[in-house]
Amino acid sequence: MITVEQLNEIRKNSIPKVALRKKVFETRVPELQGDISGLLKEGNEKTYRAHILCCAGTGCKSSGSDKLREEFERVLEKYGLSDEVKIVKTGCFGLCAEGPIVVVYPEDAMYCKVGIEDVEDIVTEHIMNGRIVKRLLENYAAREKEGEITEEDLEGSTFFKKQMRIALHNCGRINPEDIEEYIAIDGYQALAKVLTQMTPDDVIKVMLDSGLRGRGGAGFPTGRKWMFAKASVSDQKYVCCNADEGDPGAFMDRSVLEGDPHEVLEAMAIAGYAIGANHGFIYVRAEYPTAVERLTIAIKQAEEYGILGDNIFGTDFSFRVELRLGAGAFVCGEETALMTSVEGHRGEPRPRPPFPAVKGLFAEPTILNNVETYANVPQIILKGADWFKAIGTEKSTGAKVFALGGKIKNTGLVEVPMGTTLREVVYDIGGGIPNGKKFKAAQTGGPSGGCIPASLIDTPIDYDSLIQIGSMMGSGGLIVMDEDTCMVDIAKFFLAFTVEESCGKCPPCRIGTKRMYDILDKITRGEGELKDIDDLYELADAIKSSALCGLGQTAPNPVLSTLRYFKDEYIAHVVDKKCPAGVCKALMQYTIDREKCIGCGKCARNCPADAISKTDYVAPGHKLPSMAIDQSKCLKCGACMEGCKFGAISKK
Amino acid sequence: MKMINLKIDGTPVTVPEGTTILEAARAAGVKIPTLCFLKDINEIGACRMCVVEIKGARALQAACVYPVSEGLEVITNSEKVRKSRKITLELILSNHDRRCLECSRSQNCELQALSKELGVNEIRFPALNEKTLLPIDDLSPSVVRDPNKCVLCRRCVSVCKNVQTVGVIDTMERGYRTVVASPFGKSLADTPCVNCGQCIAVCPTGALTEKSDKSKVWAAISDPEKYVVFQTAPAVRFSIGEAFGMPQWSPPSEDSASTRFLTPTQARTLRSWKRAPSS
Ligand SMILES: Cc1cc2nc3c(=O)[nH]c(=O)nc-3n(C[C@H](O)[C@H](O)[C@H](O)COP(=O)(O)O)c2cc1C
Ligand code: SF4
Ligand code: SF4
Ligand code: FES
Repeated sequence: MITVEQLNEIRKNSIPKVALRKKVFETRVPELQGDISGLLKEGNEKTYRAHILCCAGTGCKSSGSDKLREEFERVLEKYGLSDEVKIVKTGCFGLCAEGPIVVVYPEDAMYCKVGIEDVEDIVTEHIMNGRIVKRLLENYAAREKEGEITEEDLEGSTFFKKQMRIALHNCGRINPEDIEEYIAIDGYQALAKVLTQMTPDDVIKVMLDSGLRGRGGAGFPTGRKWMFAKASVSDQKYVCCNADEGDPGAFMDRSVLEGDPHEVLEAMAIAGYAIGANHGFIYVRAEYPTAVERLTIAIKQAEEYGILGDNIFGTDFSFRVELRLGAGAFVCGEETALMTSVEGHRGEPRPRPPFPAVKGLFAEPTILNNVETYANVPQIILKGADWFKAIGTEKSTGAKVFALGGKIKNTGLVEVPMGTTLREVVYDIGGGIPNGKKFKAAQTGGPSGGCIPASLIDTPIDYDSLIQIGSMMGSGGLIVMDEDTCMVDIAKFFLAFTVEESCGKCPPCRIGTKRMYDILDKITRGEGELKDIDDLYELADAIKSSALCGLGQTAPNPVLSTLRYFKDEYIAHVVDKKCPAGVCKALMQYTIDREKCIGCGKCARNCPADAISKTDYVAPGHKLPSMAIDQSKCLKCGACMEGCKFGAISKK
Repeated sequence: MKMINLKIDGTPVTVPEGTTILEAARAAGVKIPTLCFLKDINEIGACRMCVVEIKGARALQAACVYPVSEGLEVITNSEKVRKSRKITLELILSNHDRRCLECSRSQNCELQALSKELGVNEIRFPALNEKTLLPIDDLSPSVVRDPNKCVLCRRCVSVCKNVQTVGVIDTMERGYRTVVASPFGKSLADTPCVNCGQCIAVCPTGALTEKSDKSKVWAAISDPEKYVVFQTAPAVRFSIGEAFGMPQWSPPSEDSASTRFLTPTQARTLRSWKRAPSS
């Protein structure tokens, strides 16, 4: 057990650890304002003059950041700089496609796609000579031309500029495996404030006033959830954290856990105090080994430092957190299935009511919140409900992290105030669609959500606007589609996911989604009839209203929303037997224009199926007979068209 | 006990707290179809046949597990409800071996009865065929499991696990591939199944049936070279009936399955034979 005074002492002693990162922390840590040279002389940080932050998030790890860190160590050693430069392992920066990412402080210079061979340059140029290695800055040349970036403002990247980082505020800026760095930047101050200055009702009131809504899917007001759980009378209650993150493409929860695990622990303890629970469970998927490792370290450190455990800060509040690993079933993100799984049973939803706030984990009152939801809590406590409420829209306060993916230039995590329009996210932050293609639609909410067509690109992204246009926020997946995307195919893709992930408990979802999938498959094979579209509507309606849990109840959404905005595409498949985007293989043909074909035969050599042969027709002006494709053999792979230099082959 | 007032199809009903909508409706004489529900044994809200509309709720709710609350307004028979139940049933049937005439549960099947009750007279999805039919497990000495007849109501799972505390069957796989099976896909014969037959007793369909030895019995009876000695099942009354105040060697009841199987003459013979030892 430590006291608040001891926490403040640790904070003071730890500030030198992050002092070189003044540029990003000075607004939060008053001690870092102005001259910090005094601070640098304290603690064991006195010899450092630069910090090299290497992303060790899952994305950058897979692009080789572990090797990179070793290389930095080797090169620094070589130049005798090991005592002057500290290498810091961080969580994800969000710009994973540009990884591995390295940030050098005090300049806050962010280097992208750093290879082993670039390490020497960064050390000799930047560290030794103070010259920024411009070629490694994100898209430097273009941005310099636009005047977006200067030597003074390296962070000029629009990718970050338009963002507002709340849940992600520490990600990529601290060492997640060092509790002292977290404490240095006000970590656990919110918990201290709550325990020593606020009653549980005060905490709930702040949460209610802040307007924070769940970031895990349904957008339920967090304060209300806590209020219900507090009202339930029981000796034992539980606080759960949903880190199952099953939405394909979403990885914000992983990034928070990998980059800022203490934030979540702190928030869970605050929630525990508010509802009267002394035990927390984090349900995290086993496929997130780095997150599991960082959480394990964080829990251990918090216990060692006397922050988690009995009589926290000398009060009579005790709180402990345990991890539970999930096997990666999407349905286990559903709250009742998650609890069933934590209890050690097959992860299947159970009917509500009773709601978890009354009868949840082990039949006790329980709250479950999402990782990102929790990541907002300590800041709301410290800065107040009004600060949070002023961000975003009236009914959707704060900011939301999106995992931007698909046909977009900058993929990665972006956190923007609620109410930002889809256009701003796609064009200003995402950098637009690559290869000069047209924006066709964006899918939000993953397999439970829907597609937003180009005509609605100015829709503000908030819970209610998205529901209104037939999509939903979900956990924040945002997949951009260009003109080459077939909307029937997309609907089929998402439905294939739900068919695969349905738990199998109730027939509407278990069998109904499969029947819908079969119909879509039939349509993409060119065998659809108009009646199939009626059947899709009828099944969708029945599944939505009768499935047991949210998975089934939302599974038809991708189909309904594409039917709503792209019905003509369905009709084209069914009636004209055409796939307008040229995706559905059964509905298109490669043909050779016999007037253009010079008979070189390259296509025939490229064809893996031996489907192309000579005809007896020689076009006027050509010497050799033209080629033709035997449609019955054609695999529709497109190899012939790619190879033809004369543009004689086309896809229809 | 606290009483709760609610309305079912517009009629006020008062029931004790903790009652489900299904029980409240039954008390009020309103019939709601069910399939997976088995009082006290299987109350899991899985099959969605009992869905009802609740005023203020977006989705339909399963009456069998929904606890009543003050002022609740329930509609059990709206167009929406009827349509939903019928489609759900149609979906279940779309994944069912529909050769009822060859099924031992024909005419005594809850699924068949439901189809009749809900007026399912057309199933728009193709029936299971050789490719989609799953193998039948008939290796156990007494229980035959036909997954193609299973509606995944899980009554058998519950009774085996919670009532008999044997637990040799459970749901495996997920989604469309979900089946009720024994661990690692073993045959029931290779599990510690105690052959109590409770799963058969609770199964609403022909997915779990007793292994029939009728033809063997017939063959033995018709064999002039054989002296045939009967022991009928259930044999409990005959062997230990006196412990429960019955006359020693009480014959099985007239309508026990095995007695019904016999011709009247054979049954008479059996009774006289049964009485013989006590005289
Ligand atoms: C099929 C399904 C999957 C879900 N998956 C997740 C998930 O991976 N992570 C999550 O936080 N919430 C998920 N949810 C939402 C949770 O049920 C729950 O609403 C949420 O965790 C509550 O936290 P919040 O209020 O902070 O958002 C899922 C819901 C459904 C129906
Ligand atoms: S809706 Fe799907 S995932 Fe949910 S209980 Fe039913 S079968 Fe399981
Ligand atoms: S075997 Fe019978 S009782 Fe068991 S789940 Fe299938 S239908 Fe239900
Ligand atoms: S009888 Fe209610 S869900 Fe099956």
